[in-house]
Parts: sequence; C-alpha cells; structure tokens
Amino acid sequence: MTAAVWPGAVGVALVVVTTLGIGSLGLRLSRTTSDFMVASRSVPAFTNAAAISGEYLSAASFLGAAGLLLTFGADMLWYPVGWTAGYLVMLALVAAPLRRSGAYTLPDFAEARLDSAQVRTICSVLVVAIGWLYLLPLFQGAGVTLGAALGLPTWVGPAGVASIVLVNVTGGGMRSITLVQAFQYWFKLTALLVPAMVMLAVWLDDGRPDAAALGRTDFPTDVLAWSDPLAAGGSQGLYLTYSLIAATFLGTMGLPHVVVRFYTNPDGRTARRSTLLVLTLLGLFYLIPPVYGALGRVYAPELAAAGESDLLVLLLPRLVVPGLGGDVLTGLVVAGAFAAFLSTSSGLAIAVAGVLGQDVTGRTWAGRRLGGVAAFRLGSVIAVVVPAAVALGEPSAGVATTVGLAFAMAASTFAPLLLLGIWWRPLTPAGAAAGLVTGGVGSGLAALVTLYLDGTAGWVGVLTARPALWSIPLATAVMVVVSLLTRQPEAPHVRRFMVRLHTPEALDLDRG
Amino acid sequence: MSPQPDEDGQAGQAGPAGQQPGLEGHPDDAVPPLPPRRRLGAWRRRHLGTDAEHATFRTLHTASLAAPALRAGLSRSSAEAAVRHLRALLDAPAMAVTDTAGLLAWDGAAYHHAQHVPAIVAATLEREGPRAFDRRDLRCTVRDCEIRSAVASPLVVEDRVVGTLVVFDVFAGAGLARTTEEVARWVSGQLELAELDSSRTRLMEAEVRALRAQISPHFIFNSLGAIASFVRTDPERARELLLEFADFTRYSFRKHGEFTTLAEELRSVEQYLLLEQARFGERLSVTLTIAPEVLPVAIPYLCLQPLVENAVRHGLEGQPEGGHIRISARDAGLDCVIEVDDDGAGEDPEHIARVLAGDHENDSVGMGNVDGRLRATYGEDFGLVVETARGAGTKVIVRVPKFAPGVLA
Repeated sequence: MTAAVWPGAVGVALVVVTTLGIGSLGLRLSRTTSDFMVASRSVPAFTNAAAISGEYLSAASFLGAAGLLLTFGADMLWYPVGWTAGYLVMLALVAAPLRRSGAYTLPDFAEARLDSAQVRTICSVLVVAIGWLYLLPLFQGAGVTLGAALGLPTWVGPAGVASIVLVNVTGGGMRSITLVQAFQYWFKLTALLVPAMVMLAVWLDDGRPDAAALGRTDFPTDVLAWSDPLAAGGSQGLYLTYSLIAATFLGTMGLPHVVVRFYTNPDGRTARRSTLLVLTLLGLFYLIPPVYGALGRVYAPELAAAGESDLLVLLLPRLVVPGLGGDVLTGLVVAGAFAAFLSTSSGLAIAVAGVLGQDVTGRTWAGRRLGGVAAFRLGSVIAVVVPAAVALGEPSAGVATTVGLAFAMAASTFAPLLLLGIWWRPLTPAGAAAGLVTGGVGSGLAALVTLYLDGTAGWVGVLTARPALWSIPLATAVMVVVSLLTRQPEAPHVRRFMVRLHTPEALDLDRG
Repeated sequence: MSPQPDEDGQAGQAGPAGQQPGLEGHPDDAVPPLPPRRRLGAWRRRHLGTDAEHATFRTLHTASLAAPALRAGLSRSSAEAAVRHLRALLDAPAMAVTDTAGLLAWDGAAYHHAQHVPAIVAATLEREGPRAFDRRDLRCTVRDCEIRSAVASPLVVEDRVVGTLVVFDVFAGAGLARTTEEVARWVSGQLELAELDSSRTRLMEAEVRALRAQISPHFIFNSLGAIASFVRTDPERARELLLEFADFTRYSFRKHGEFTTLAEELRSVEQYLLLEQARFGERLSVTLTIAPEVLPVAIPYLCLQPLVENAVRHGLEGQPEGGHIRISARDAGLDCVIEVDDDGAGEDPEHIARVLAGDHENDSVGMGNVDGRLRATYGEDFGLVVETARGAGTKVIVRVPKFAPGVLA
C-alpha cells in the first residue's frame, strides 16, 4: 500500500485516546449528581441493548463478514444471520430465566442451579478456553488490520492491542460502564454505514457497473453462481452450512462476555426487552457487510483471490472514492475496526480475568494468597498474554473462521447446560459435568486440529472445521443420559430455584 | 439462606466454601465417589504405614466424608448423603437413619426390613438407650434374606433424642452394639454442631430484628417533629415527607426476606436522608454517585442504612456549619464497591477495631452488626473496611460480590 497512512493513524490514535481516557476517568461518566432518587433509575433496556450489541460486534462482524461474502458469496450470509439469531434463541428460552437466577457469570449459574463446586470448576475452565479461542482471532486480526492500515509489521498489531486491552482492563472502568459500550455500538454502526452509503452513491453515479464493465475480466464474475445460496460443495457444503447455523444460533448464549451484560437488567422482563432490542440493533448493523461484499465484487475482486478478503472493508473506500474523501472514509473504517477489536477483546479479557482471579490466582499458592484486586490484575495479565503470544506465533487465520470455532465450543458446552439447566429438572451435577467435558473436549480437539493441522481434507477436515453439528447433540445426549443414570430424588433447592427462574417478578411469591 | 430450619446450616456452609476456593468440604451429595480414586487410595494406603495407622486413617477418612452432610442437621437429604458412609464405617449389610417418627434413609440390602423400622424406633425411644433386636422382631418371608438381628442407638442432641441409628446384621454381638453406640454418639456430636450453626443464624436474625427496633424511637420523633413544622408553612412538602416516612418505615419493618437489592436499599437510604434533611436543612448536604450497573446486586437487608445513619450522626456532630455525606456505589468486575463517606469528627481507629471485633458496649452497634452479617453471608474476605482518624472524617467501604450462592433478593 502506497497511499497515505495518516487517516488510519489518526483514527486509531483517536480510538486509543478515547478508550484509555474513559477508562481512567472511570466512574465520572456514570451519572454523578446530588439529585435524589437517581438510585432508583436503573439502566433502560434500550441503553443496555446498545451496550450488549456494542460489546458483541467484534472484528469478525466488522471485517470478517464482508470478507467472507466477497470470497464465498451468499452462503456466508449465514454468519450474520446466525450471529443475530443467537439472540432470538436467547430471547425465547434463556434471557429472562437467566436474569432471574441472579447469576453474574456462567460458572455462577452452574453453581446456583446444581450446587456443585466441581461443575463450577469445569465451567471456569471452559470460560477460559472459549475466551482464549475468541481472543486469538481478534489479536491476529488486529495484526492484519494495523499492518494494512498503517503499514506496520504484523507483530505490532497483536502486541499493541494486547497492551492497550491490558492497561484498560487492569485500570478498570471502561467496559463496565454501560453508556460507553452503548456508544461503541453507534460508533461502529456509523463507521461502517457512512462509507457504505457514500460508496453506494458513487456506484449508482457510475451507472451501476459490474466488474466486467470496469475492465476486471481477469477474475471470475459469475454473479449468479456467487449469489446462489448453498451453491457448491454437495453434502459437505450442506453439512458445513447447517453446522454453522447450529453453532451461531446456540453459541451466543454461551459467550462469557455476553452473559454478564444481562445482569445489568433490573428484572427478567427488562432482560427480554433488551434482547428484543439487541435483535433489532444487530439486524440493522448486519445489513451493511453484504453491501461491502457486493461492492467489493465489483471494485476489488482481486482481494478474494489474494486471500486478503478480511481487508476488504479497510481498502474498499479508497478504491471506490479517490482523493481526500477516500482518505477520510478510510480513517473512519479503520477507527471502527480498531474499536471493534478493543471493545470485544476487553469484554472477553475481563470475563477470563475474573474467572482466573477467582479460581486460579486468587487461591493460596505456596502459603501466600493474593488479595482480590491483585489476583484480578494477575489474572488479566495471564488472560491477555497467553492468546497474544499464540497470535504472535501463528499470525494468519481467517478471523470469522476461528471465531466460528469459539462459537461452536460455546454452543457445545454452555448451550446444553443453560437450556437443560433452565428447562429440564432431572439434570444432575454428574450429568452436567459429563456433558460439559464431552462437548468441551470434542469441540476443543476439533479447534486444535483445524488451527494447527490445516489442510486436512475430506470429511475429517469438514467435521473438525465446523464441529457444532455433531458436538452439540453429543454433549446434550451425554448430559441427558448421565443425568438419568445418576438420577436422585429432587433436592428441595432445585425446586425452589426452578420456581424462581420461571415466575415473573410481578407475582407476589415467597422466593426465599 | 432459606427460612426452612433444616436447610439453614447447609446453605450457610455453602457460602464460605463457594467464596474461598481453598476450603474443602463443600457438601456435594450428588456425586458418588468414583471407583478409580478408591483404587488409587488403596495403593497409597499400602505404602502409608502399619495396619493400625491404616485402620485409623480409613476410619477417620470415612467419618470425615459423612460429616459435611450431618453438619446440615438431621433431614431426609442429609441422612441420605451420610448413611452410606456410616454403613461403610461399620461394615454392616444394611443401615437406617431415622428421626423420631420413622425412616429417613436406608442404605444396603434387604430394604423389605424397612417395614420394621417404626417399631424399632418406638422401642428405642421408649428405652432412651441402645437396644438390640432379634429375629422375632424382624420376621420376614423373603428367601435368602440373611438379616436376623438389629442394633438401634438413639441420636441425642442437647439431652433430647432426635432420631436413631439402626444397624442390621446377621448376628448382633456385643462388638456391633458397642461400635453402633459409638458411631451414634459421634453422629450426635455432629448434629449438635449443626444445632450450633443454626442458632448462630437465628442470632443473626435476632440482631436484624434488634436493628429494626433500634431505628425507630429517636428517628421517628425527630422526623415527625420536622414534618409537623412544615404542615402550616409548606403543606405540600409536609405531605410528601409524610409519604416518604411511610415508605421508609414500611421497608424497615418488613417481615420476609434476608436479602434485598441495592436499588431498594438505596431508596430507603434516600428516604432516610430526605427526612434528615427536612430536620437539619442546609446543615446536611449529600452527594450520591451510583453506577446504574450495580443496582440489581443482592445485598443483606438493612446493611447500608445503619452506616448512613452513623455517618449523619458523626458527620454533623460538633460541626455547627454542617457536614457533607458522600455515598457512592461502583462496579468492580465480579464485585460491587459501596462507600459511605462523611467529613465529620472522625473516630479513633482503635475504637472502630474494637467495634468490628464484636465489642457491643459501644454506641456503634450498627456497624459491628453489619460487619458480622457481611462476613457471615460472603465469607471472611468481605467484612467492612473503615478508614478514619480523629478529625479526619470517616469512610466505610463495603465490598460485596455480585453473585454468591444462596444470596438472592
């Protein structure tokens, strides 16, 4: 890239300064007032919904979805559809009961439902595994983004983003403030929407050309084949598609940084309402990546062939809009992409650091025990450094593909736990533990095979690239069968907990 | 914690065990010990020492497995969790744990003999001591049933028989009778500890009641006096204050629930401060900085109100020009941090340390009580932190986890 790097640099610098600035100011952004009755005003559902969406929309959504659409065509619409529809499943089956359970994290839910320290430990391990699996592509993607936007060597990205996340997380503040995350959503939407609108206008002004009309005849431009869902691949393609649908529909509820946001809702009803609003906000956002994919097909088909499709969103504005306008739009998308890296990875890092701080660094080691804050800080160092180191060693992978593996793992472990835990009374701790281990080991091994033994061909490669369609039923079946085998008379606390999960708060009832 | 008496001890234990990962002994009834671990244990025991050491180890270990369940008190679920370990201790073919009415849990073979349990219990209670039963008491028509005799020993808690331990065997000799009696005595000891736990819980509840009663007299007189002074000059304000007063007392005197949400507790604190401001006017100024994210956190009922009351009292004490009180609640990852800060006379740190150590001969009973309840609920890491010195104001810091097992508003 020979074009000027200043727009990207300015965008990144602004995002970093704002993020760290807000992080250090911390509480001041939450309402400070001597006015009475401020305490009874909780976070409105709409603000909370924007915050959930803001933290949820990672670089995989911002960059990866458009890139996949460019390369593989309409099949890949299942990614944005699935990422959104995950909240539909949550809305119907999980959101309100989960909020009423009083759990803050996924291990909390397991402990409250099953009253078992062992299952809690397994859940903690899985939170760390899923968090790292999700952080890895984000750090890798940051390397690619900074490399392309600022012309920096690839290692700078993971190292830089990891350090900023670390400072941000240990400094406290930023992520926990709902308003900041809500702002993140609107910022990412603007950063993606404005360039898309401008480019669409340019394309219309050009007389709606296709690639051939622009003289790009060196790349296949069979638009009909490209826009045909489930085009190629036969039974393997069908399996891949359904597996992707299963992973994204069920994986969302098992992501550690999503669940903690539901705690902010005052009750189950508001939790449902914010989930509904999240669906709307995400639906709005995901309308835009296909625009980039389609315009990329016209203006930058060579990116797909060169395997640089993740860069499409960053490079397209300059290719479509020449001159200063293109520079400004580039600055905007680079800033948006960087914000996407920071917000999601901060959320994940906090979730992982919380678990590590409580269950690993907070324990007594060699007779010494760290206090709460010190344990959390050490936990966040481990939480960030491990995936960053792996990302430095293994700098290339499709962002959306690896994120898909994290979703598959969440879907094969926490999804059965939540669904059965909420809706099936006979679930026992032994059953839950067996199912979690089965799903975790199965999807984890598949992820390792995919990441480190690439080029596995045939059905083995297909089954390991998208494990969800076999690992979710397997984990669920193990959970059910082991629960039935270890069935015991129902403990009174389970009955009380179920009543609490499923009765609306407005109902006057002794919940003790 | 739940209001049912037989659950209290268990829930109370789960709290600290959940908070402090280092503590062993989380009562986990549902997972049976896995066979491979036993085999490993057997291998290790062969290399552990003499046979006597071995036997001691095995006995104490088996007893320790039964202990957590029994520490929850005598109930169906605790008896079910403990009975198989107790049977392993005696190596008998079958064993039953009963209360004074009948069977609670059975372990081992020959379940058809459970029909004899009520008669055995009645006979044992009558005698108030260990008793043996032979084949005449245990008639059965089941083929291959080897059970011919039984030994029952009462479980005694504070001189009161609460249940029995019944061991079934082919032949009940003096040895079995004596070991049964010893095991019953050990179980009784554990049940007495459980009783201690539950009386500690009851004491906490009594303290909350005392706290409620303590709020009333002065505050009620003063508030009503302040409201009365507005009745002629500003009837609308008087009306509003009266409504606040009604709300505040309703919250303070509510009967059910050990926990509430931070939002509700803060609302009560705000009402309290409104009433105090009506009384003190310009002399009392207040700043609230509340992060809305932590409003749903569940906290022990009335755990902020006493702290704010202290702050008002100390903040205004000897300060004719008035005082300022700052209340903040913020999100800190897995925890929520609440601070109550006044710029008043301050306090001798030694004195506060004595209050927190449980010295009740002070005027700051509220603080010691809040501290005790926070520790009992969340574990020893979550007591009050007080920063103060004479003439430097007082800052009380409450740190509560967003989730703790059994803590639900």
